[in-house]
Amino acid sequence: MLLRHTPTEVKEREGLTINPAKTCQPIGAMYAALGIHGCLPHSHGSQGCCSYHRSTLTRHYKEPVMASTSSFTEGASVFGGQANLLASIETIFSVYDPEVIAVHSTCLSETIGDDLQQITKKASDDGKIPDGKYVIYASTPSFVGSHITGYANMVTGMAEQFAVSTGEKTEQINIVAGWMEPSDMREIKSIASLMDAKIVLFPDTSDVLDAPQTGKHEFYPKGGVTIDQLRSTGDSKCSLALGCVSAEPAAIALDKKCKVPFETLDMPIGLSATDRFIMALSKAAGKPVPASITAERGRVVDVMADMEQYFYGKKVALFGDPDQIMPLTEFLLDLGMRPTHIVSGTPGLRFEKRMKEILERAPYANFRNGAQADMFLLHQWIKNEPVDLLIGNTYGKYIARDENIPFVRFGFPILDRVGHSYFPSVGYSGAMRLIEKILGVLMDQQDRVALEEKFELVM
Amino acid sequence: MEAKVLIPDPSRIKEELINKYPAKVAKKRSKSIVINDPETVPEVQANVRTVPGIITQRGCSYAGCKGVVLGPTRDIVNIVHGPIGCSFYAWLTRRNQTRPEKPTDENYITYCFSTDMQEEHVVFGGEKKLKVAIQEAYDLFHPKAIAIFSTCPVGLIGDDVHAASREMKEKLGDCNVFGFSCEGYRGVSQSAGHHIANNGVFKHMVGNNNEPKAGKFKLNLLGEYNIGGDAFEIERLFEKCGITLVASFSGNSTVRAIENAHMADLNVILCHRSINYMGDMMETKYGIPWMKVNFVGAESTSKSLRKIAEYFGDEELKARVEAVIAEETPKVQAIIDEIRPRTEGKTAMLFVGGSRAHHYQDLFSELGMTTLAAGYEFAHRDDYEGREVLPKIKIDADSKNIEELKVSADPELYKPRKSEAELEELKARGLEINGYEGMMKQMQKKSLVIDDVSHYESEKLIELYKPDIFCAGIKEKYVVQKMGVPLKQLHSYDYGGPYTGYEGAVNFYKDIDRMVNNPVWKLIKAPWEKAGAESLEASYVAS
Repeated sequence: MLLRHTPTEVKEREGLTINPAKTCQPIGAMYAALGIHGCLPHSHGSQGCCSYHRSTLTRHYKEPVMASTSSFTEGASVFGGQANLLASIETIFSVYDPEVIAVHSTCLSETIGDDLQQITKKASDDGKIPDGKYVIYASTPSFVGSHITGYANMVTGMAEQFAVSTGEKTEQINIVAGWMEPSDMREIKSIASLMDAKIVLFPDTSDVLDAPQTGKHEFYPKGGVTIDQLRSTGDSKCSLALGCVSAEPAAIALDKKCKVPFETLDMPIGLSATDRFIMALSKAAGKPVPASITAERGRVVDVMADMEQYFYGKKVALFGDPDQIMPLTEFLLDLGMRPTHIVSGTPGLRFEKRMKEILERAPYANFRNGAQADMFLLHQWIKNEPVDLLIGNTYGKYIARDENIPFVRFGFPILDRVGHSYFPSVGYSGAMRLIEKILGVLMDQQDRVALEEKFELVM
Repeated sequence: MEAKVLIPDPSRIKEELINKYPAKVAKKRSKSIVINDPETVPEVQANVRTVPGIITQRGCSYAGCKGVVLGPTRDIVNIVHGPIGCSFYAWLTRRNQTRPEKPTDENYITYCFSTDMQEEHVVFGGEKKLKVAIQEAYDLFHPKAIAIFSTCPVGLIGDDVHAASREMKEKLGDCNVFGFSCEGYRGVSQSAGHHIANNGVFKHMVGNNNEPKAGKFKLNLLGEYNIGGDAFEIERLFEKCGITLVASFSGNSTVRAIENAHMADLNVILCHRSINYMGDMMETKYGIPWMKVNFVGAESTSKSLRKIAEYFGDEELKARVEAVIAEETPKVQAIIDEIRPRTEGKTAMLFVGGSRAHHYQDLFSELGMTTLAAGYEFAHRDDYEGREVLPKIKIDADSKNIEELKVSADPELYKPRKSEAELEELKARGLEINGYEGMMKQMQKKSLVIDDVSHYESEKLIELYKPDIFCAGIKEKYVVQKMGVPLKQLHSYDYGGPYTGYEGAVNFYKDIDRMVNNPVWKLIKAPWEKAGAESLEASYVAS
C-alpha cells in the first residue's frame, strides 16, 4: 500500500497539513502572466520558488515555462530586495527583451515587506524600463490562500495596471478567464466566435503553453493577450468573470477603475454551467445562440440519456480548485451521480457559499475547504465510506491504487498524462469529454472485475 | 577509442555567450565560462551568487537539504515548516525509490507534511503551530524520527525550530526530533542545503546505534539517492561481490542504518558535492577513510569495484569482484557493440546539478560520443578542478553563514581503519584516499566549462554547436526539444533508469540510441514547408 499509514479513524488536526489539496500563490501568478503576449514572469524572492514553479508548470504542460527571479541572498533577505529587483529588470530587458515583466512576490519578500509598487516606480524613474515596455506587479504572499489566490491577484494586477478608460464604450465584452487550461481558453474563444460575439479573453495561455514543434524555440510564443487588448478592456461594455474565486476580483477591479459592469459566472464546466455561460454571452453580445451550439448541447444530453445507467447513484470523491470543482460537482449531480466527499485546500467564504448552494441537492455530501482540507482527510473519508469514482489531480493516483477506485485526472497539476492542455473541459465539448473519461474508467473497472460469465461485449 | 570531433574555436563562442549582457554581468559571467585544458586546469568561478534576472536553473538551500539529502530516507517524517508551496513542490518529484523489507514497514515517502503557515503565524510566530504539528505527526504515525525543515519566512520571523525540536524530543521520549535551518535564501544554491543537511544528520543521527552489523567488507554508500533505482543496482553488485552495505546516504535508507553508519570500515562517495562533508567528518570522528567512486558507466563500475577490493586488500574479495566483472561485462559489451555504430562521433552537452555532469561523460565516451561543453548548477571549484584547490577557495560573504561543524576524534569510537603506513601503501598503488580529481581533467582540450549556465547561454550553445543531445533537467527539456535537439533529463532520467552499474549502462545506451536516432526529429517540417516542395496548385489529371 502506497499510503499504508493513513488510519481510518478521523481525528481533527490543527497543526499538520498532510498531502495538501492546494499549493502556494506565486505559481498561479506565474501561470497568469504567461497568458500575456511577450511577457516574462518574474519571481521576487529567493530562486528556489521560481525553479519549483517553473518545474511544476513544465511537468504539467510538457512545454517550456520561462520566468526569471530576483535570486535573494541572505543579505537581501535582511536589507530588502530592491537592488535585486532593479538589477533583474536591467538584465531582463537587455537579454530577454520582453514587452512586459510581470513581477510577483513570495513569502520571503512579503515577510520582509518589499513594496513592489515603489520598486517598480523607482525602476521607471531611474530609466530602467525602456520606452513602450512595462513592468507590472502583484503581491502574492504564499501564506495567504492558495495558487488560485495568486492567479486572481496577478489577473487583477493586469486589469488594474493596463486597463484605460477613454470614455467611449465599445461593443467588446471582457471575458476574465478563471484558472483553466489553454485548451479551455481556446474553446471559450471558439464559442464566442460561433456566436459572433466580440470578446477579449484574458489571460489567455492558448498558443503559449501548447505551442507547436517547429524546430525553433519561440521565447515569446505567438499566443497571449496583447497589451493593447488589455488596455482596451477599460472601454468594454461589460465583463464576464468565469469563476468567483479566480476571475471575479479582476472584474471588480475593472468596474472600480473603468466602470465596466460585470457578471460573475461559474466556470462553464458541465451542462448547466455551460448553459448559463452561453445565455450570458448571448445576452451580453445581443446575439442569438446559433443552431450549431444548440445541436452540440443536444448531443451531450443525448449521451447523458443513453448512458444514464452507468452514472446513476454512483458515489464520487473529488478534490481540486474552487472554480473547477464547483461546476464539476453540479455536473456530477446532473449526471445522477452522488458527489460524496469533496475537499479543496483553497480557503474562502465566497467559495463555501456557492458550494453550499450547489450541494443543496446533495445533503449527504462531506465538503470541506481551507487549511486542513487535505487529501489525507479525503482518503480517510473514503476509507469510512467507499466511493465508485475519484476525480482530481495526479496525486490522487496513490489513493486510487490503494483503494482500487476508478480515477479521472482533472485539474492541476496533472503530471503523468497528456491531453488536459489539448482537449477542453469547458463548454459542451468539454462536457462530452468529461463524460467519455468518466465512462471510460468506470467501464474499464467493470471489465476488469466482472466474473467471466458476466463479462459483457456490448455496454 | 577517442571519437574524432572537431571542436570549434571556443574563445569566439565565449564572446558570443556574453556580449549581450550588461557590462557588469558580462564581466562576472566571463569568469564562470572557461575554456578547458586538462593539463593545466584553469580556475573557474563557482559557488557564487546568481545574477538576478538572468534565468538560472538553480534552486535553493531548502531543496538541497530536504529535497535531496533527507527526502530519500523512508522512515523519517519530514515536516516542512512554512507556507504550503515548499512542501508541495518537493512531494514525490525527485524519484528516490525505496523498498521496505515488509509491506507493513514504515514508508513516509508518499506523504507530504507541512505546517501550512498562514498570515497569523508570520505575524505572531509559528513555533506553537509547529509543536502541535509534531505532536499530531507523532500521534498519527509514531515514527522513529521527525525532522523539521525551515523555509524562507521562518528565519526572518525568528521561529526557533531547534528549540522546538529539543522540547518535543524530550516530551515524546521515543522519537528523535531535530531541525534544519535550511531557509531558501541561505547560501547561493542547493549546495548550502547539502552542507546544512550533512551537519544535521551527523549531529543527530550518525552514532546513535552501536550494534555491530554482521558481514565482511563493511562500507557506506555516500551521495547516492536511488533515483530510478540506481542504488538497487549498486546493492545488487555489492551483494554479488560479498560487500556489506551498512548505510546508504540516503537512497533506499532507514533511520537505523544511518544511525549505525559509523560501524563501517569505508565510505565510498558517489556525489562528491552533496556528501563530502559527511566523509570528512566521519573520518575525523571515527577514523573511517573515504574514497571517490563512480558507478555510472560500465568501465567505471568495474574500476570502482576493483578499488573497493583493493582497499580491503582481501584476495578472496578481489577474486569475487573479478568473477562478477567477468560475468556482467559480456552482456554490456554485446549491447554496446550493437549500438555504438549508431552513436559514434555524435556530440553531447551536460549541464546538471553538482555531480552528474561529470560522471555521465563516461557513458558518452563508451558510446563513442564527445562532450563539447559541461557545467554544474551549484558545484564548487573542487568539483571542477579537483580537491587540491580546496586550500585556495575563499568562502565569500554569501556562504559564510553556513555552519562548519567542529569535529574531533570520538574518545571511545575513534578507530583508524587503516594505519598511516597502510594508507601510504594504498596511495602508492594508485588508490586515491579522500581525494577527487574533479571534472575538468577528464574533459577534452578546448571544451567549454560553464558554471550556473543561464537560459540565454544554453540556447546560444545549442545554436552555435548544434549538439546531438543535450543533458539537463525538466526546465530545459522542452525548450531544447523545441529547437529540434533531444534532451536527456539527468535528474529524473525521464522516468526511466536505473543508470548505474551494468544494468544502468545498458539502459542508458538504449535510451540515448532511441533519442538521437528517433524518427520524430525528421518529421518537424511539414512536407509543404520544405524547400523544393511540389506546388500544391498542381491539379489532378484524368488518367
